[in-house]
Amino acid sequence: MTAAIRTGEYFITGDVACAEGALAAGCQFFGGYPITPATEIAEHIAERIPDVGGTYIQMEDEIAAIASVLGASWAGVKSMTATSGPGFSLMMENIGLGICTETPCVIVNVQRGGPSTGLPTQGAQSDMMQARWGSHGDYEIIVLAPSSPQEIFYQTITAFNMSEKYRVPVIIMTDEIVGHMSEKVIIPEAKKIKTVSRVIPKGRKDHFKLFKPGPNGVAPMPAAGQGYNVHVTGLTHDEKGYPVMSVEAQAEMMTRLTGKIKKNLDDIIITESYRLDDADIALISYGVSSRTSMTAVDEARRMGIKAGLLRLITIWPFPDDIIRKLAKKVKGFVTVEINLGQIHREVERCAGDKARAVLVGHPGGTIIPPDSVIEKLKEAF
Amino acid sequence: MGKKKIKKKEVIITGFGGQGIVLAGRILGQAAALGDGKESTLIQSYGPESRGGACNTQVIIADTFINYPYVKHADILVCMSQGGFDKYIDQLTDDGILLTDQDLVQLPKKSLKNFFTIPATRIAEELGRKMMANIIMIGFLTAVTQVISKKAAKSAVTESVPKGTEKMNIKAFSKGFDHGMAVLKGKEKKASGKTGAV
Repeated sequence: MTAAIRTGEYFITGDVACAEGALAAGCQFFGGYPITPATEIAEHIAERIPDVGGTYIQMEDEIAAIASVLGASWAGVKSMTATSGPGFSLMMENIGLGICTETPCVIVNVQRGGPSTGLPTQGAQSDMMQARWGSHGDYEIIVLAPSSPQEIFYQTITAFNMSEKYRVPVIIMTDEIVGHMSEKVIIPEAKKIKTVSRVIPKGRKDHFKLFKPGPNGVAPMPAAGQGYNVHVTGLTHDEKGYPVMSVEAQAEMMTRLTGKIKKNLDDIIITESYRLDDADIALISYGVSSRTSMTAVDEARRMGIKAGLLRLITIWPFPDDIIRKLAKKVKGFVTVEINLGQIHREVERCAGDKARAVLVGHPGGTIIPPDSVIEKLKEAF
Repeated sequence: MGKKKIKKKEVIITGFGGQGIVLAGRILGQAAALGDGKESTLIQSYGPESRGGACNTQVIIADTFINYPYVKHADILVCMSQGGFDKYIDQLTDDGILLTDQDLVQLPKKSLKNFFTIPATRIAEELGRKMMANIIMIGFLTAVTQVISKKAAKSAVTESVPKGTEKMNIKAFSKGFDHGMAVLKGKEKKASGKTGAV
């Protein structure tokens, strides 16, 4: 047991498990603004982060919160924030700044019913497309979806690791149900937790190029004050980081920003299969809805329907190839999600004319009961 | 009741904000998960109205991982308010166990099969702290339903209550537990044809 990693068995909420995961990953800065149902993440970090010599700041709003997170990352520390729908909307512009300036950081969205103020104390999964496309411009981003307090602990570590490795903001899309439910969480020994930190540049400081990619397409990143000349801007910039307003510079920057993700899909995309090997019908689900889906698969099997589940852990980049391959094997897909068909559209796109795709959606406020999945299965196939 | 092992138990605890309903659920879930080595989930429901308003917590205890953490049909329903009883009594299964605070819940005329009651709030007041009614109820529930072990329950109580109040809370737990054992004994006597005071 260390100050950062509280090895042991706990009965804690998803929000608290997320905070513990962040500390285990090496998070040293949290810039927050309270919002239900994400407040408990900030609360727990505020209490715990002094143990590891880190800093918690409550900013004046969510725009400032994400700005402080980007700044802390450029100061050289692993940083994060947590919010919910309305705060997530406010953070969008600066998430784009984080993508453009290749700033590692982690943003947690504990989703609640929307739009607008919506259902503050009740869960939904209706910001999934916003997580992909909410900031303006073309870009690639990494988004993970945990289904339990235990999983959010590990995924928060993974989120930090991926953000450090690929120099990109990573978003954890959880929901009020996972955030507020309590379950057994096992925090392993420190030596069993693998953490990744950004590559630091070596060599001459005077001829340094801030955005010159290394072998995996990602540039090493110095911290402010280490003596490297850094120019960090949201304008289209060259490898030195200087603004260049040209078609060529735009193309080069965009290739780098998207390429580092697209070339590493095998490393980034994580999925899990449940009873899928001989399945005729594949349920596609993620987060809390994937728990419902597992029960539905078991019930369907008892009724003689060969159902299976593909559980998406990485949501973005989307596992196109995995679903395309699956489309050749199964009769149909059922996407189970607490929204009106956001990931369903992606599944439809990948299924093409190879397999039928139907939706079990929900407008939000509660978990989807397994019965509605079974009903849809019987009705559609 | 509690004697044959059942793989999954779904529990609803209801009352009003301020009674420590969620803490009671947390103690139950934690005792099962950490003390008894089972799987458990806790869902708490609250809204803008929760202060003084209706409050409920749902706990599922099972031998294997619980996919669906919401209670559909309660095996155990604990009511510490009339509103909670009225709202959730229909979710109790036919063989389900109903526990109430005797002074806070009025029952309908029809008799209930597995029904146990305790004046938890009154006992807590006698102990000098009304707010310990939830802990007394957890002691009562532990004795009557055996859904968690006494040892696990006691350590979950100790770990969950504010520092410095552990002794007082364990005393409250024991009051509830002993009351539960006495009620059980009374029921057994009654079932075997003997009569007498509980």
